[in-house]
Amino acid sequence: MSEYILEMNNISKEFPGVKALSNVNFKVKKGEIHCLVGENGAGKSTLMKVLSGVYPFGTYDGDIVFEGKVQQFNEITESVKVGIGIIYQELALFPDLTVYENIFAGNELKKGPFVDWNNTIVQATELLKKVNLKVTPETLIKELGVGKQQLVEIAKALSKDVNLLILDEPTAALNEDDSENLLVLLKELKNQGISCIMISHKLKEVISIADKVTVLRDGQTICTLDASEVTENVIIKNMVGRDIEDIYPKRPNKKIGETILALSDWTAYDPQLGRNVVKNVQLEVKKGEIIGIAGLMGSGRTELALSIFGNPKNYKLQGSMKMFGEKKVLKHTGEAIKAGIAYVTEDRKGDGLFLLQDIKSNVSAAHLKGISTNGILNLNEEVKIGTEYKESLYIKASSLEQIVGKLSGGNQQKVSLGKWLFTGPKILILDEPTRGIDVGAKFEIYSIMNELINEGMSIIMISSELGEVLGMSDRVYVMAEGSVKGELTMEEATQETIMELATQ
Amino acid sequence: MNFFGEAKALVKANIRDYGMYIALIVIMLTFTIMTNGLFMSSRNISNLLDSAGYIAVLAVGMTLVIVIRHIDLSVGFLAGFLGAIAAIFLTQMGISVWITVPVILIFGALIGLVNGVLIAKIGIPAFVATLAGMLIFRGALLQVTEKTGTIIIKDDQFNAIGNGFIPSIMQINGLHLLTLLVGLIGILLFIYNEISTRRNKMTYGFEVMSNGLFTAKLVLISAIIGYITWILAGYNGLSWTVIIMIIVVVIYHFLSTKTVLGRHIYAVGSNPEAAHLSGINVQKITYIVFGSMGMLAALSGILFTSRLQSATTTAGTLFELDAIAAAYVGGVSSAGGVGKVTGAIIGAIVMASLSSGMNLLGVGISYQYMIRGGVLAGAVIFDVMTRKQRA
Repeated sequence: MSEYILEMNNISKEFPGVKALSNVNFKVKKGEIHCLVGENGAGKSTLMKVLSGVYPFGTYDGDIVFEGKVQQFNEITESVKVGIGIIYQELALFPDLTVYENIFAGNELKKGPFVDWNNTIVQATELLKKVNLKVTPETLIKELGVGKQQLVEIAKALSKDVNLLILDEPTAALNEDDSENLLVLLKELKNQGISCIMISHKLKEVISIADKVTVLRDGQTICTLDASEVTENVIIKNMVGRDIEDIYPKRPNKKIGETILALSDWTAYDPQLGRNVVKNVQLEVKKGEIIGIAGLMGSGRTELALSIFGNPKNYKLQGSMKMFGEKKVLKHTGEAIKAGIAYVTEDRKGDGLFLLQDIKSNVSAAHLKGISTNGILNLNEEVKIGTEYKESLYIKASSLEQIVGKLSGGNQQKVSLGKWLFTGPKILILDEPTRGIDVGAKFEIYSIMNELINEGMSIIMISSELGEVLGMSDRVYVMAEGSVKGELTMEEATQETIMELATQ
Repeated sequence: MNFFGEAKALVKANIRDYGMYIALIVIMLTFTIMTNGLFMSSRNISNLLDSAGYIAVLAVGMTLVIVIRHIDLSVGFLAGFLGAIAAIFLTQMGISVWITVPVILIFGALIGLVNGVLIAKIGIPAFVATLAGMLIFRGALLQVTEKTGTIIIKDDQFNAIGNGFIPSIMQINGLHLLTLLVGLIGILLFIYNEISTRRNKMTYGFEVMSNGLFTAKLVLISAIIGYITWILAGYNGLSWTVIIMIIVVVIYHFLSTKTVLGRHIYAVGSNPEAAHLSGINVQKITYIVFGSMGMLAALSGILFTSRLQSATTTAGTLFELDAIAAAYVGGVSSAGGVGKVTGAIIGAIVMASLSSGMNLLGVGISYQYMIRGGVLAGAVIFDVMTRKQRA
């Protein structure tokens, strides 16, 4: 038998139009903690989904060898059977059921045809001891904090005799104490012979716990490093080190004017999550400027944008927001639009567009005032406006009556952009403006951004693509864990400096 | 493009909208042939439309409720209850029709608003909130009619709403003159509206239908309006119920297609999150839609009570389900954001035609329910299939 519990050889996985993984090699030794790091979209989650059988055998190329045997998982239950347990970032617990019911959900202990609840509780108590969780098994999940819920997830995985535990960003939602506890637990499990793969963005954590670190970038294995030779800098170099293509149109005569938006001590508390999603942010936007907001997923960038844009998620806000030197309190999105803020969402299908409606009614949706008098629509005016935006934004569609759901991603993004430009904003917030769209459309969107800036608009661009941040911004804020970790001028900003701040 | 090519393309592009008109025509032709023309007789069509009235107005409101992804189960007994209140106003309290009707409509709107608040503000699922309303109004109806039983209404003006016809100025060859005039005005208004819309589009430089097809459309629709008017004029003319239906449709059609409010309703239905982020007040829209539903339920109650000339203890039973069925047959989609007011009326007429036709043919009530159920299922299947084609 080899020393490896898991060998993934030459794994390739393609989605329509994108190669998510190409020839990835990834090996985990028995009884080691192996961290997997990489930027957003580097392929970490895809690789784990291939391993756990979410993407069944045959939809990818390459071999998975687990405990010396080639495995062909057709569904998740098959990977669970051989002893692979995966815990996703979004916990999959039932909040209204008890701890013991959750631990054995889908894996109920039976006596004859019936569930043996007494045995279940005994076993659950045993497992809770193993993960150092001091609650009674009868506690409801919703009464536990996220940190303890995480431990229940681990107990659930252990109940299935797991040999290899995979954790996807387990500490992302945890505070420091809970994170520390979790890491200690992982080390204990390691001593009991359970191997572990952990995906994480927090490099300090990675260094403190890992035996090995594998870096993925653009769907390829860049390197596997020994923990002894690892420093944060080395990891970051390997994570970024990408050649940035020069697809960013130049903007020759920059005219940066006065400050038009200023946030100070801006904090947003999410009552649903029960924690601050934005912490003490100081931020300034000047006229005619593109502000880049960099950071990894979950760093609070979108939450910051929403808290500025009329606070649709009803966070509890603290601190002050000034526009054009005047203090502003925007109570809902309607007021934000009126004040001249527009927000182009990162999830255009989910909360950006009306997919079953046509192009023209999507474009007019946020500013029906512009095509109506006394509440009565001028439908011809709507067609005229729609045509203008279709032409100026190069939207490729057979007609204005085309249903938006049928357009390509790039054209959908342009419709979404058109909708917000029609509101006549002074500050345009773009959340991941080029996610999932092709290079040609990207370039067109960049050119449009430059045109808008030349007309005197200001843009706040949230982006996970470092190339885009470096190529388009005039100034960069880097966020992590809800707060701004640093503000960089374009002279200071490099892939390394940004990633260093983002992984704090 | 030649004439037929253009016509074919037009039908293909609008198959969802035209589908139920085609279905209605097929149903009517089938019954006409099977009953040797009895189905299309003046008397039958007049009765059919009158019997569709109280469900049709509910279906209009229900369509908007379903468009914003909710449902309202309370409207049946709400209609029954408010009908009984109207009867009490008229008989026991001696209040005039001219006060009773508006007051009842306002009651309806207020009760609808309460539903809206329960659903949008407090967050109770519409199904449960309106189910509770259904039970409450059923009880309330029994309560107010407990002592008297059926309340007979002797007010002629009120009873005319459900049974009366517009006055005929004079009869020409046995035809109802005012009805013919109304039909003629309807045709002229339609033609004027179409031509001015087309001219307006042309001044913007937009593409319009070719002259040939446009003329054909005008002639076809004018002929249909003319034919229906002719049929009605052969009996007692236009009934007040039909007039009320037409007014409701015209107002709601205008509201839903030509106003900011209408656009907001459809936006909330197609994607509530996107609507919220577009500055639309989703709560307010929910209040308005449920308020309008309540008002139409009151109108339905008035029409039904007036038609029976009395308020009964079971008035309103299953109206809500008939209205929901009519809305679905009329092309509303439970996924939200899709469905037209005009469709709801056609849906109600389709369901009424089925009942009427099968009654004429002497089909047993057991088969009638099964066939109507089949038509409802068929309509929804058609909706799902055509949606797949589009998305």
